[in-house]
Amino acid sequence: MKLTSPSQSAKSAILSKLRGAKATVIEKEILDYPVWQSHDSELLKQRFIAGLSASHAEVICVRSSQIANAVEQVLTSKACKSVIVGGACDETAGVSEYEGGEFLTEILKGASHLDIVQFGREFEVLKSSLFNEIDAGITHCLGGIADTGTLVLWPDKAEPRSLSLIPPCHIALIKRSTIVSNFAGMMIEQSWQEKMPTHIVLISGPSKTADIQQTLAYGAHGPSQLVVILIDDVGVAQP
Amino acid sequence: MGHVPAGPELFHAQANAALKDPQLRQNFRGAMDYLQDKRKNAFVDPVEEDKIRTLCESIRKRCLSKLPELLEQLDANCTRNGIQVHWAQNDKEANNIIANIAQSHKARTMIKGKSMVSEEIELNHEMAKLGIECLESDMGEYIVQLDGDKPSHIIMPAIHKNKQEVSDTFEKHLDDFTPTVDVDELIQTGRTRLRQKFHDADIGLSGVNFAVAETGTLCLVENEGNGRMCTTVPKVHIAITGIEKVVEFLSDVPPLYSALTRSATGQAITTYFNMISSPRKRGELDGPVEVHLVLLDNGRTQAYQDEEMRKTLQCIRCGACMNHCPVYTRIGGHAYGTVYPGPIGKIISPHLMGLDNTKELVTASSLCGACGEVCPVRIPIPEMLQRLRTEAKNPPKPDAMPMKGQASAASTLESLAMKGFAFAATNPNLYHRGAWSATKLRGLVPNNMGPWTQCRTSPKLANKTLHQLIKARNKQAGDK
Repeated sequence: MKLTSPSQSAKSAILSKLRGAKATVIEKEILDYPVWQSHDSELLKQRFIAGLSASHAEVICVRSSQIANAVEQVLTSKACKSVIVGGACDETAGVSEYEGGEFLTEILKGASHLDIVQFGREFEVLKSSLFNEIDAGITHCLGGIADTGTLVLWPDKAEPRSLSLIPPCHIALIKRSTIVSNFAGMMIEQSWQEKMPTHIVLISGPSKTADIQQTLAYGAHGPSQLVVILIDDVGVAQP
Repeated sequence: MGHVPAGPELFHAQANAALKDPQLRQNFRGAMDYLQDKRKNAFVDPVEEDKIRTLCESIRKRCLSKLPELLEQLDANCTRNGIQVHWAQNDKEANNIIANIAQSHKARTMIKGKSMVSEEIELNHEMAKLGIECLESDMGEYIVQLDGDKPSHIIMPAIHKNKQEVSDTFEKHLDDFTPTVDVDELIQTGRTRLRQKFHDADIGLSGVNFAVAETGTLCLVENEGNGRMCTTVPKVHIAITGIEKVVEFLSDVPPLYSALTRSATGQAITTYFNMISSPRKRGELDGPVEVHLVLLDNGRTQAYQDEEMRKTLQCIRCGACMNHCPVYTRIGGHAYGTVYPGPIGKIISPHLMGLDNTKELVTASSLCGACGEVCPVRIPIPEMLQRLRTEAKNPPKPDAMPMKGQASAASTLESLAMKGFAFAATNPNLYHRGAWSATKLRGLVPNNMGPWTQCRTSPKLANKTLHQLIKARNKQAGDK
């Protein structure tokens, strides 16, 4: 006789009850669902900025040549003393093969006047300083959603997810060319269902809550400040 | 001390107590007006609203129609991704699963994101028995937990308290807290106290808003970042959800997510939307090293048995039905004495707890239809309440699966009275004599008819029956 775990027998019992209902299977209906969309790059940009600004995020538009300068200005204006970035090359952690995000060089240049921690060790080693010492985390974004003013982050080996979560200030770099109209469209165009990573996070503003008497307050548990550096790479001739 | 209710069987007493509490009524009135207004502004175009509700209803119906297959697919895909899947038929089994995971890690502390299912299984209480401290990290839940209280709303757990009451709670339970009604300061107090707890916790526990069968992905909707903290910082993440939360395709998620946030708090989108598909992979530097998913039945299969009742499971837990319910608005969430209050609670609780415990709840509705009108997945709540009222009064039909507690509200006197009336009404001779006698004895109708005359005048019978009036009218017309 095969022994079954309690979970396995619960599974059989639940599925058997559900199957016993003999529900008639309904196939997928194609239904129209009006979502905001535009092919006008300027409109996409405006809506993206408006959405993020309405959610209390700061958006700074720059050319790619101005990234380092913008990073420096943001860090100075937020009075940051230490900052954490991705793209570390720590041989001992076996992550030397990972490249940082596209603008890592500019980020490092912009933050050169501060204490820079590169996320090159396991989280557990960095945990205490992430919680207690580091003022800001800087990340790249996979893309942006204009409809709702949303950043899409696919944290990976080079840019772990706590970069955008634990420090009180999150600075996100996003290329204008990656902004799409809406969430559904981005998923379909990029065939997400074929390649889901460990974790995806959509971010639309700094952490907030209205749990006390419906009064909006920022900085509940995540970053209390979100600064988006929007890099204008649309219509710029590639070198 | 908070307003901890005893249970749904004491609904009438609890509702009466709530109605006599002016502060509570003011808190709810203000909150519900705010939430109704927010939802109205989130759905400005009625055509769009109609289309998204139709689409979301269609998605939920389709996913439920394939529920056993989708659950198996979810199980297989999560397992393939490295998520450990567990199944539980009831609260006891679910708590055992979680306790075993905790004990295998020698865990002492668990930090929790918002999860109504964990309220349903009384997780905090059960883990405390084993010496495991469970701490709520959603701001509202944290406030409620400090008070030894329970959530009164599924989206805004501390909605029954105003800022002065929150300050009082903090003053009573937190050291070095200076009383304040500045909401930013109150939130910062919560943030500071909980930050160290996130850092130290052995296990993070969360709910699930949508579980995607196609990819084995757990989706989590939130604004505060506590959901991200619970699912990122501790080495073990346990997600718990009802079996009905599964969706078939990843593409089913965006419309449901949009309908959820707009219906709940009138937001176009929440601050954070997490999609978790696996534990930390080789080479990744953060995230939990173990992810567990607990799938809970706890009465949901009973609702599933019946095609009409199955619609209960379409719910995406937005709370819009509560926000628009004239009963909930006046008595608040605690009076129901159930984990899920308001209209959705009245139709889901009978399956979770049995009709015998919840028979008072199904009658606590004016059937005005507001809940059905705002439901983003078009659950016909008023019709289902009527159906549950019938089931509470009558034994199951021979070909139907009985509901737990079926016929518990049956009354021999009421049944005899209805049978007597049916006999009289289908017997013309008896009916006419009865109606004639009633008109003659109209003066005997008492002025005090119990609850009916609390806010109404006593009904008086007409001095002539309808038959007599029509007869007289026809006669008059014939005379002309």
